[in-house]
Amino acid sequence: MKTFHKGGIHPNPDKLTADMHTMPVAAPAVCRLMLSQAIGAPAKPVVKPGESVTAGQMVAEAGGFVSAPVHTPVSGTVKKIEPVRNPQGLWQDAIIIETAPGENPEEQRQSRTIDEVSPKEIIDIVGRAGIVGLGGATFPTRVKLSVPSGKKAEVIVINGAECEPYLTCDDRLMQENPKAIVDGTRLIMKATDCQRAVIGIEENKTLAIEAMRKAVRDIPSITVEVLVKKYPQGSEKQLIEATTGRVVPAGGLPIDAGAIVDNVATAAAVADAVLRGLPLTARIVTVTGPAVSKPGNFLVPLGTPVSTLIELAGGLPEDTGKVIGGGPMMGRAMCDLEAPTTKGLSGVLILPRGMSMRAEAGPCIRCARCVSVCPMGLEPYLLMTLGELGRWEEAKARGAANCLECGCCSYTCPASRPLLDYIRLDKMEIRKL
Amino acid sequence: MPPILTSLIVLGVIGLVAGVLLYVAAKKFHVYEDPRIGEVEELLPGANCGGCGLTGCHAFAVQAATADTLEGLNCTGVDEAGMGRIAEIVGLKAAPARKRKAVIKCSLSCDVRDPRNVYDGIRSCAVEASLYQGESDCVYGCLGCGDCVRACPFDAMSIKPGDSLPTVDLSKCVGCGKCVAACPRHLVELYDYDPARPMVWVACSNRDRGPIAMKECTVACIGCGICKKKCTHDAITITSFLAHIDSSKCVGCGECIEPCPRHSIATNQRKRTATVQAD
Amino acid sequence: MDNKLIVSLSPHIHTADTTSRTMWHVVIALIPAFIMAVVTFGLPALWVTLISLGTCLLTEWVINRFMLHRPFTLSNGSAFITGLLLAFNLPSILPWWMVIIGGVVAIGIGKMSFGGLGCNIWNPALVGRVFLLLSFPAAMTTWPTDVPSAFSAADASADAWSGATMLHQLKWAGHTVDVSEVNFLDMTIGHMNGSLGEVGGIAILIGLAYLLIMRVVTWHIPVSMLASAALFSWIFGGNPLLDIFAGGMLLGAAFMATDYVTSPMTHKGQLIYGAMIGLITMIIRRFGAYPEGVSFAILLMNSFTPLINIYCRPSVFGARERKAMERRAAQ
Repeated sequence: MKTFHKGGIHPNPDKLTADMHTMPVAAPAVCRLMLSQAIGAPAKPVVKPGESVTAGQMVAEAGGFVSAPVHTPVSGTVKKIEPVRNPQGLWQDAIIIETAPGENPEEQRQSRTIDEVSPKEIIDIVGRAGIVGLGGATFPTRVKLSVPSGKKAEVIVINGAECEPYLTCDDRLMQENPKAIVDGTRLIMKATDCQRAVIGIEENKTLAIEAMRKAVRDIPSITVEVLVKKYPQGSEKQLIEATTGRVVPAGGLPIDAGAIVDNVATAAAVADAVLRGLPLTARIVTVTGPAVSKPGNFLVPLGTPVSTLIELAGGLPEDTGKVIGGGPMMGRAMCDLEAPTTKGLSGVLILPRGMSMRAEAGPCIRCARCVSVCPMGLEPYLLMTLGELGRWEEAKARGAANCLECGCCSYTCPASRPLLDYIRLDKMEIRKL
Repeated sequence: MPPILTSLIVLGVIGLVAGVLLYVAAKKFHVYEDPRIGEVEELLPGANCGGCGLTGCHAFAVQAATADTLEGLNCTGVDEAGMGRIAEIVGLKAAPARKRKAVIKCSLSCDVRDPRNVYDGIRSCAVEASLYQGESDCVYGCLGCGDCVRACPFDAMSIKPGDSLPTVDLSKCVGCGKCVAACPRHLVELYDYDPARPMVWVACSNRDRGPIAMKECTVACIGCGICKKKCTHDAITITSFLAHIDSSKCVGCGECIEPCPRHSIATNQRKRTATVQAD
Repeated sequence: MDNKLIVSLSPHIHTADTTSRTMWHVVIALIPAFIMAVVTFGLPALWVTLISLGTCLLTEWVINRFMLHRPFTLSNGSAFITGLLLAFNLPSILPWWMVIIGGVVAIGIGKMSFGGLGCNIWNPALVGRVFLLLSFPAAMTTWPTDVPSAFSAADASADAWSGATMLHQLKWAGHTVDVSEVNFLDMTIGHMNGSLGEVGGIAILIGLAYLLIMRVVTWHIPVSMLASAALFSWIFGGNPLLDIFAGGMLLGAAFMATDYVTSPMTHKGQLIYGAMIGLITMIIRRFGAYPEGVSFAILLMNSFTPLINIYCRPSVFGARERKAMERRAAQ
């Protein structure tokens, strides 16, 4: 079994919802669509208050090269375009749509086959459908598929690792809709003129591995690679190394190693957009936590408030201390639960109070565990000290900018030192230098 | 030869050779520097704060010694007499400069802004601001982690125990602007300072609409415009529901302080008379 | 309101491992060797250990309380380890007041003067031991006479050798002792003279195995140290097995050289560090004035640890590929 070689940790997987079928969630009465749901420029609204919209209609167009349009999952009337709070409580512009009753948001628009579309068309449709990296990075997929001149995509890596504890949305998708993932993979291969694709899945998802193996049985160009369970396997660079043995140059992009990485959910969204004409208006979200009464996987229309999802999972438990958007290793803590769902939200993790507070940090005992678990080969203990002292140039020379913020160092530190907090500070200050 | 003589001779020769070498090296590698640069540098605070717009105190001294005029060249860290002496050294006329001091455009304290969540992490405003809104619902206000305090090279800023808003010690502040750059929420502004007239500023940076701002903080400016009407010197502007006082126009009369229904206007001359009311 | 949400940066979960758990694992690993010490040397071993422990804990408390004004940190167990290790490095018949001096020096100068846990340059227990060795050379090299020796030399001089360690015997005999006279089985189970903790080779190895299984230490330092000691023992014409089991080699490899604070951070650095300790020990044993050199070797390499950390940095993921890419771009 393959894996990446440098660093890594083995947190308890806690995949509470791996056996739970994805349940579609009804459209919310008021749908609030954030204009910035992708990395890059926010989308520009193309509708006005009072206008009526139908499900799947583009309501905001891409606001730049690195940007993605937004589509409405519901039919209804645009009420306002005004700032709403995102899960971190920051104001961001959103389009607020009042849902008209009795509309079916999911419907097949058209039917195409892979052979019917040209590579250029695929990229075009992916761009117009507002597809972004659904693993959490929300990088516009159109940009990723547009291989820069002089570079060549030699292998497509489809990310089914899902190494974050608790999250099961990709696992469920692989079990329930392997066909769409494979179709999407083939479309991505066609769009980038690439002959080979690897789907990397961690060993503990046996059902997903079985389903995906069955789906690619007749397609020799796509292989399923079973990977050792190790975090951060789902990180782009680590996954490329694990599945293909290629190493992305420090500070470089996957394409520098001839690879393009897309999440399984992204691949499925590509297939939906190209073959069925459905833009990205919903995603699977895992709502889970040790004390959650009815954890599950939900197919959520974008713009649904997070609190609705928590209600569907049985409500906020009594002693909730922390609500996290995403997984426990890289997810962001939320402070506003009324915030709407966005394309990047892979999970809602509810931790009880006892698991929420950090332990008091002790002195560094130089055990070097942070060094040995760092998948990027950095020295977190040193970067933290440099951060405390404000010596940004040295932190830069020690490669702080390479940190992918996986959190292995903070996770493993026996003295509970906030290593990653300070490395983030380093990175912020290095950008200012 | 007695041993004492041997050692004397050996040591003497070594000393002589070393001395000659040092002399030759000193002559050969001598770099001429205008002595006035050193004299000017003596008078500077040596904090390398960058308030003059140059990289540090040495750069300022070099600039002062080589410049044709001191116009636009002013060290914020020395007083007028000091600048006068520097001008004397370089043989130029000191140009009058604006004295500025930092003011903090926020009134955060626990009794005016309800904390809505608990921040558990390192005490760094930059990190906290990059993460989320902060502990209260006001996304514009002070986070209270003290990035400005750490940035201040003159020890003029402090967060008193039990308080979460930094205070500026005006007797120490030189207006270098380090804190302005350090604050991730841009709450510090350099105000024109004249000991003879009070500084009056809007101690709030909340740009939310009135109803929202009122919920977020009991002393948030809602941009009602009463202060603007009261101002006889046209110093107050209101943009995105937030009043701002232009310190170059303000005369420090304080007429705007009392009428403010939100008690958001602060001055350095007296304590704010109005008590903070709960809504 | 106590139902407020907590917000912090990721990661939001943490391993169950803590500093104190790690330290107590080390204490557990030291128990077999301690039992061997009491079996071999009797009650005096227990007294030395208790005095050393008590002195170390008290010194740490006094310094934290009255000089640094910090809360006492007994729970992290590091002073406990220092106390045990210091006792393990002393003869069982050392006068009690010397043990106290050793403890005060170990914690006070060896650890707290640098700022406490994590800040010291040298292994505190060894600082205490070497201080005592240099201050009281006679007392520190006087061992009880009633301990059975693995050295079964049946000649008349055997009496003169009672109360000496294996290494002393070797040194005095000019390294020409017929090693066939050494009963290795006796030696590994503690039938020999020496400091408290170093006599039970098997017991120490059990402790080391425990540390390795609990992932408290990695194999790099002990293995490289023992391998290099064996190699250089052979090169210098000694008996590798004798050199490893006699004296403090095993104790040093398992518990002293592996001290987190004073050993290098990367595996590459740890290999160099361990190998150098082995080499320096063998040089001291063969060519130096002292019969034993593990403590000096470890302290010397402790001093080099910062340098090793600088030269043995981990390589950044993809750094080599980046250089290759830049070379290609330059062409």
